[in-house]
Amino acid sequence: MTTTISRNDLAGFNQAGFNQLLERRIDPVWITQARKDAWAAFESMGWPNPRDENWMRSDLRGFKLDRYQPIDESETQSVQNAPVRLIQGVDVGGSLRSENGVVTAESLDPKYAAQGVIFGSLSRCARDHAELVKKYLHSQIDIHVDRFAALQAAMWTDGYFLYVPKNVVVDKPLHIHAAMGDGKVDLTHVLIVLEEGAETTVLFESTSSNEDADGFHCGGLELVLNARSNLRFVGLQDWGSGTWHFAHKRASVGQDANLQWTIAAMGARFAQVDQRVALVGPGASSHVNGVMFTRDKQHLTYNTIQQHSAPHCTSDFLYKAVLQDRSRTVWRGMIKVDVGADKTDGYQRNDNLLLSDNARADSIPGLEIKADDVRCTHGSTSGRVDEELIFYAQSRGFTRVEAVRLIVTGFFQQIFDRVTIESVREALGVAIARQVRQYE
Amino acid sequence: MSHILRIENLHVAVDGKAILRGVNLEMKFGETHAMMGPNGSGKSTLGLAIAGHPNYVITEGTITLDGEDITEWEADQRARAGIFMAFQRPVAIPGVKTADFLRHAATNVRRPDRKEGEDLIPMREFRKELKAKMSQLKIDTEFARRYVNDGFSGGEMKRAEILTMAMLSPKFSILDETDSGLDADAVKLASASIAEIGRDKMGLLIITHHDKLLEHNPPQFTHVMLGGRIVETGGAELARELHDHGYDRIRKTYPDAEAANQEMLAKEEAVAV
Ligand SMILES: Nc1ncnc2c1ncn2[C@@H]1O[C@H](COP(=O)(O)OP(=O)(O)O)[C@@H](O)[C@H]1O
Ligand SMILES: [Mg+2]
Repeated sequence: MTTTISRNDLAGFNQAGFNQLLERRIDPVWITQARKDAWAAFESMGWPNPRDENWMRSDLRGFKLDRYQPIDESETQSVQNAPVRLIQGVDVGGSLRSENGVVTAESLDPKYAAQGVIFGSLSRCARDHAELVKKYLHSQIDIHVDRFAALQAAMWTDGYFLYVPKNVVVDKPLHIHAAMGDGKVDLTHVLIVLEEGAETTVLFESTSSNEDADGFHCGGLELVLNARSNLRFVGLQDWGSGTWHFAHKRASVGQDANLQWTIAAMGARFAQVDQRVALVGPGASSHVNGVMFTRDKQHLTYNTIQQHSAPHCTSDFLYKAVLQDRSRTVWRGMIKVDVGADKTDGYQRNDNLLLSDNARADSIPGLEIKADDVRCTHGSTSGRVDEELIFYAQSRGFTRVEAVRLIVTGFFQQIFDRVTIESVREALGVAIARQVRQYE
Repeated sequence: MSHILRIENLHVAVDGKAILRGVNLEMKFGETHAMMGPNGSGKSTLGLAIAGHPNYVITEGTITLDGEDITEWEADQRARAGIFMAFQRPVAIPGVKTADFLRHAATNVRRPDRKEGEDLIPMREFRKELKAKMSQLKIDTEFARRYVNDGFSGGEMKRAEILTMAMLSPKFSILDETDSGLDADAVKLASASIAEIGRDKMGLLIITHHDKLLEHNPPQFTHVMLGGRIVETGGAELARELHDHGYDRIRKTYPDAEAANQEMLAKEEAVAV
């Protein structure tokens, strides 16, 4: 089998593997240099310390980096059967597809291209639009924050670049699908830049070739919203149930710009996601809707930061999780208000619904306020699904599993009410219904 | 149509505590029964045991519907077989619209063999029917979009329960204090609504302390529950007597049942402390 031969030829995620990557790539010099710096950072760091606040509830013991091989992006990648869920019945304005972290299909409605919109492979755009990519790539993510950030910055294989020029409105949603095969890796990067007054919607989903697929995703995401721009970003993480998922996600929201970010996590055996939205211009606002639904022994961690760096900004984070079986979620919420970010309006909330006595949801909200005249509220709830509700629905003819599904759907409704895209609401509804186990 | 709901020697315990101690009751389709009795005598327990609440454990006796033993059935099987209970304190299901809830419920009850995932009653057809029932019961159509019992006033909850009964058209309905917490006008409306929806169209078991709810629903039978047993059964005049004069005569006539009732109440207080 050819795969076996190429596997033997490729070194792993080590110095030899990194050298091979540099040799086979055709990157601009500045990217090669950035990769080398990131690799040096990776080499100089240890794996996350279990005593580190962000990692103390994450169990990395089952994770072995040397079980995975870097992808040879010069070979044709092909991932079969990875489902697409977010765009049923949607007329998209463009789409990108990656397989094992390499973009294999790109399209963009010519009417947007004519207005200067760029939507394509990050590797290609780094060559074709070097100045733009150089300005923004890894501008938000500190590659020294942990080994995964450094590894991703050193060895990313490809990614998705979207650039919307000043005052251009992309009125049809753009779709990105990351597909990964069983046992494969995905080291991709999302870079989205909206110039002043630009507007668009991006639907992003990541899925595997099979439901129980193993895999390693180590990703980065940067959203840059310049003044008065408007971005709706939807991310659905539905990797196979054997996949390790690490990601650093950052958004920077400029003056009077508005970000609506929906983030849904269903898949992966383990996820560690650091998410930060920085409000950097006066009047910036961001709404984040988080949906987590876990089963089996899944363990998902979301560390979220709402960083208020300018006055008169609004941030509103709502995370809801439903847990089954022996699964576990950890949610950390932090509202940071810098000196001078007066009149901040920050809100964060995490509600958890446990469908099993063996599931566990940790909720750790926090505030760090250094400005005056701010309004920051936070809260969280966790509780077992109420048997009285199940009985009530059963007494009206619902089977037990239908009753649970109903209650779960109702629990997430508050989030759905905040998601303004119908196809996304529907896709999430279907994904959620699918996730509810058959109970005895 | 002839349907029979038969309760024989029913013993029910909650948390290991015996509450019902041998209840016998037979109801036919089209009949109206009133169930009265002092607080804590076991009326709600009887209703919940018939509806199939998992915490109300049947330790002895049987419930049969048209000769079929349903004692061990799950609540949803009973609902699909035609048993309905309007609860004294229905729970709220946040995020679930009343119309969606009722559509799914009505589909399951009307097609008892429906498998999960199979189609629901077509939306348009259902909306039309729901609207008609709501106007018949003088319920604002805005109700349908509100979440199930969420933030409802006491009166709204009771009316929602009657609406549910109307949509499910069960064979037997147990109405648990559908008058409690309502003002006089609201009780009148509830009484008329129950008559309109239920009279002669199902068997009704009306649990109440007052005769107001019975105004439009004169019972053929009135049962008195005390200490977890039905101690007396009579006609409409018994309901009137109990409404006018209370339970003193009953308590004196059935000292054993009265003692059992006091014992249950005492345990309840001990738990509450
Ligand atoms: N869920 C329960 N948990 C504990 N005790 C209960 C429960 N339901 C009923 N009981 C007890 O059973 C007895 C009868 O209650 P109930 O059936 O509610 O009476 P009624 O409806 O006639 O007022 C009371 O002593 C009450 O405390
Ligand atoms: Mg009662």
